[in-house]
Amino acid sequence: MPTVSMNVNGRQRSADIDPRTLLVQFLRENLRLTGTHVGCDTSQCGACVVQIDGEAVKACTVLALSCDGSNVLTIEGLANGNELHPMQEAFREHHGLQCGFCTPGMIMTAVDLVRRKGNNLDEKTIREELEGNLCRCTGYHNIVKAIAAGARNMASMPQSKAAE
Amino acid sequence: MGATGIGAAIPRKEDHRFVTGKGRYVDDINRPGQAYAFFLRSPHAHAKIKSIDTKAAESAPGVVAVYTGDDIAADKVGGLICGWLIHSKDGSPMNAGPHPALAQGKVRYVGDHVAVVIADTLAQARDAAEKIEVDYEVLPAVVDLANAQSGTQIHDVAPNNVVYDWHLGDKAAVDKAFASAKHVTKLELVNNRLVPNPMEPRAAVGEYEEGTDSLVLYTTSQNPHVARLVLSAFIGLAPEHKFRVIAPDVGGGFGSKIFIYAEERVCVWAARKIRRPVKWNCDRTEAFLCDAHGRDHVTHAELATDADGKITALRVSTKANLGAYLSTFASSVPTYLYVPLLSGQYNIPAIYGEVMALYTNTAPVDAYRGAGRPEATFVIERIVEMAARELGMDPAEFRRKNFVTQFPHQTPVIMCYDTGDYDASLKKAQEIHDTAGFPSRKAQSESQGKLRGLGYSAYIEACGIAPSAAVGSLGAGVGLWESAEVRVNPIGTVEILTGSHSHGQGHETTFAQLVSDRLGIPIDNVSIVHGDTDKVQMGMGTYGSRSGAVGMSAIFKALEKVEAKAKKVAAHVLEAAEGDIEFKDGKFTVKGTDKNADWGTIALQAYIAHKFNGQELEPGLKESAFWDPTNFTFPAGVHICELEVDPATGLTTIEKWTAVDDFGNLINPMIVEGQVHGGIAQGVGQALLEGAIYNDEGQLITASFMDYCMPRAGDVPSYSVGMTTTPCPSNPLGIKGCGEAGAIASPPAVINALTNAVGHENLQMPATPERVWKAAQGARLRMAAE
Repeated sequence: MPTVSMNVNGRQRSADIDPRTLLVQFLRENLRLTGTHVGCDTSQCGACVVQIDGEAVKACTVLALSCDGSNVLTIEGLANGNELHPMQEAFREHHGLQCGFCTPGMIMTAVDLVRRKGNNLDEKTIREELEGNLCRCTGYHNIVKAIAAGARNMASMPQSKAAE
Repeated sequence: MGATGIGAAIPRKEDHRFVTGKGRYVDDINRPGQAYAFFLRSPHAHAKIKSIDTKAAESAPGVVAVYTGDDIAADKVGGLICGWLIHSKDGSPMNAGPHPALAQGKVRYVGDHVAVVIADTLAQARDAAEKIEVDYEVLPAVVDLANAQSGTQIHDVAPNNVVYDWHLGDKAAVDKAFASAKHVTKLELVNNRLVPNPMEPRAAVGEYEEGTDSLVLYTTSQNPHVARLVLSAFIGLAPEHKFRVIAPDVGGGFGSKIFIYAEERVCVWAARKIRRPVKWNCDRTEAFLCDAHGRDHVTHAELATDADGKITALRVSTKANLGAYLSTFASSVPTYLYVPLLSGQYNIPAIYGEVMALYTNTAPVDAYRGAGRPEATFVIERIVEMAARELGMDPAEFRRKNFVTQFPHQTPVIMCYDTGDYDASLKKAQEIHDTAGFPSRKAQSESQGKLRGLGYSAYIEACGIAPSAAVGSLGAGVGLWESAEVRVNPIGTVEILTGSHSHGQGHETTFAQLVSDRLGIPIDNVSIVHGDTDKVQMGMGTYGSRSGAVGMSAIFKALEKVEAKAKKVAAHVLEAAEGDIEFKDGKFTVKGTDKNADWGTIALQAYIAHKFNGQELEPGLKESAFWDPTNFTFPAGVHICELEVDPATGLTTIEKWTAVDDFGNLINPMIVEGQVHGGIAQGVGQALLEGAIYNDEGQLITASFMDYCMPRAGDVPSYSVGMTTTPCPSNPLGIKGCGEAGAIASPPAVINALTNAVGHENLQMPATPERVWKAAQGARLRMAAE
C-alpha cells in the first residue's frame, strides 16, 4: 500500500492507504477528522468541501494520493483555538444551520467565496455561488444572510487568517 | 419573557459543535474491531429468487460472513412491521404482506435487500458482494398506479395489489349536495412522488456486548425508543432492557428516519452473530432506492358550490401508492392524516373521501414532511382556486367568504378545529405582500416579455401528534404522548431528559428556554438530554410537529411538579408554611417577610436533606411527566407566491414569497422562521423541481442528485414571514407547532401562481420548464396578438 503524506490543519500527517482512498475517506477514517461529511455520491452536495492549497475543493472527488505534499484545511482547522472564525460565528448568529450536516461544507465554501469575490457579497451572487452546496433544512434564507454577514466581518480579520 | 426565556430569538446553544465540525453523527462513530456491512440489492423490480450462491463471496478477502433471508428466518427473528391497522370499506383489515429484512423468495423493488456481506473493510465487502450469484426469475413489474390493480400480483395476501379500499365521510349527504349544486368544479391532481433526501444519509452501528448478553444500536433515528420498541417487541431481537438504542446527532429526517428499516435491524442482529460491531452507512444512491419515499397520489376531486359562491360539498377519490412493502406508518398517511384535512380553512357541510391504497414494485412510501397534509392541502387549495376562477370571483375573496369563523368548529371529517382567525392571516399576508401592487408589477413584467402570476394557499394542518385514545381508535398500534424528566442537580443546574429528538429543530435551545423562563435560572445552567434509551425513559420521538406541543408540555408538567416539591423544601429551609412560599425569577421568598433563598440553595438543601426529616418529605429534586394531548393542534395561515415565467424557455423564477402563519405561542421566533423557510423550499422543490420517476421496468431513473433536482439557493427567494397568534387551548404553553407547515402550504401556492401566470387551467407537479413552456405557448400567442 502506498504512503500518502500531507499537511492537515497545520500538522504533518501520513498513512499507508489503499490507492482508491478518496481524500474525504482519508480525513474521516485515517485521521478521524469527521467534520468533513459525505452527503452524496455524485459531487453535488458540497458537504465535503475542504481547502487544498488555499482553494475550495470537494474532498469526495479527489484521491488522497493526489494530495500528497499539499496543505489541507478542514472545518476543524478554521477556528483559532476557542475563537470562532467570523464565518462560523456568522452562521451561528444568523441561524444558518439546523441539523448541521451541510454546515462544514457551507462554511468552507463561503470562506472561499470571500477569497474569490471579496467582502461585499450581494444576495444574487451568494445564491449563484452556492450552486454546489445543498441544504435540505434551512431553505437557504439564513445561510445567505450568514454568508453576507460573515463576509463583511472577515474584512477586519488579519489577511493571513482569512484564507490560510 | 426575559432575554433567554419564552419568546426570545436567541442563537442556538448546540451550534458550536456543528460549526466547528465536532458534531457526532452515526457515521462518525467507530467501535473497536468493527466490521463493515454492504447490502446486495435487487437489480430487478419484481422477481422470484430461485437460488442464492454465496460461497465465492464468503471466501473473498476480508469477509467475515455473508447472510441471506434464510439465515435470518432460521434465527426466528421477525420481519419489519407496519404499526397502523386500516380497515377497508367492507370492514376487512388491510392486506399487509410480510416484509422480511432480507428477501425471502421474492424481491419486490429495485434496491430490495437480498444479502449482506460483512467484511473487515467496506471496500472488501463491496468487492465480495459482486461475487454473490443470484438466480432470478424476472416477473413483470407493476409501476403505474393506473395499472396497478390489473398488474402481476406482488403479495399473496393482496389480490389486485390492493392494500385497502378505505373511506371517510358522509357519501349520501355529499351526493345530495352535488345533485342540487349550482356549480361543480372538477379537477385531476397528481401529488408527485418525492424522495426526502436529508443531507445525512442513514447509517447504523450495531454492537453486541457479550458479557451482559445485550445489544447496542447507534442509528440515524428520529425516535430511538420507538426503534427499540419495534426491534424488541415486534422483531424480537432482544428484550428492551437488554437493548440500548442511541440516536446521536442526526442530520435531518423529515420523516424518512422515523421508520425502522432492514439495515439497522440486520446490523445489530449480525453483530451478535459475528461477535464484532457491524457498521453500515447508506450512500446517496441507496438512499434514493430504499429510503421511504413520500406522497405519490392520483386524485379526482369535485367541489360543489351554491348560488352565493358558498361551498356545499367536497368529494375526493384518491389512489395512493404505498410501494412494494408497508413501511412503519405507511397506512396512516393517505387515510387519517389526509382526508380529515380536506375541509381546509373552510366551512364545508359535507365531505366524502375514498382512498385506494395500492402495492407497486417501487420503494415503500411513508410519511414525508407533512405526511398526508400536503396532499390534502394541494387538493383543497387547487380546487378552491379553480372554483373561484370558474365563478369569476377573486381567489382571496372566495376563500374569505368560505372561511370558518366560529370556533370550536367540528368538520365533517373527524377534526374539530379549536381556535383560529383565518381572516387575520389572509389580511396580514396581503398587506405584507402588497397584493394591491400586483397589477403594476405584472404590467412591468409583461413589458419585458415575461408572464407574472400570483397564487394563494390558505392552509390548515393537524399536528402536535396526537391524542393516544383517538389514534388508537383509528388503528394506531402505539400511543402518541411524550415524556420528560427534570433532574435538578445538587448545585442547581438542571438536566431535562426528553423523549423528543432533535435532528435540526434546535431543542437544546428551545427546551432550555422554557426551563430558564420557568425556573428563573441562567440558560447555560440547563442541558437537554435526548436520543439515548439508556438515559431517557420511554418516549415517542419527533415527527408530526409534536416536540413543542407535546414534548414541551411534558417538560412543563414535570417543571410544575419540581416547583411544587422545591416549595416544600423551601418551606422547611425557611421555616415557613408551605402556603406562604412564593417562587419567582429563581428565588423563593416567604410572603410578607424578607426571608428568601435562591434556587441553588434550595436545590442543595433538597439533596443534603439536613433541614427536613426524610419521612415527611423525600430528599431529591427530580420529577417526571408524561403528556398525552387532548386534541391535535391546528396551525393555519396563508402563503402567497408571486413568480415570473419566461414564455420562451418555461423557466419560472419565484420573485416574492410571503407567509403568515398562526402557530400559537412561539418559544424562539428565529427557529420557527427557520422551520418555515425550510418547509417552503421543500414545497417549491415539489412544485417545480423534484419527482422520483420509475420507468416501465421499475428502474428508478432519478436515483442521484444529477437526475433528481433538489432545490438550490438560486431556486428560491428570500421569504417574508409574519405571524398571527391564537394560542392553542389544548396545551399549557399554547403551542401549535411549526415544523411541517411550510411544506404543507407551499405547493398549491406555486401552482396557483403558475396557472395564474400562464392561463392554463391545470399544471401538474413538478411544473418543469418543459411543462410550463407548453402551457405558456397559448399565453404567448395571446400576448403577441395584443
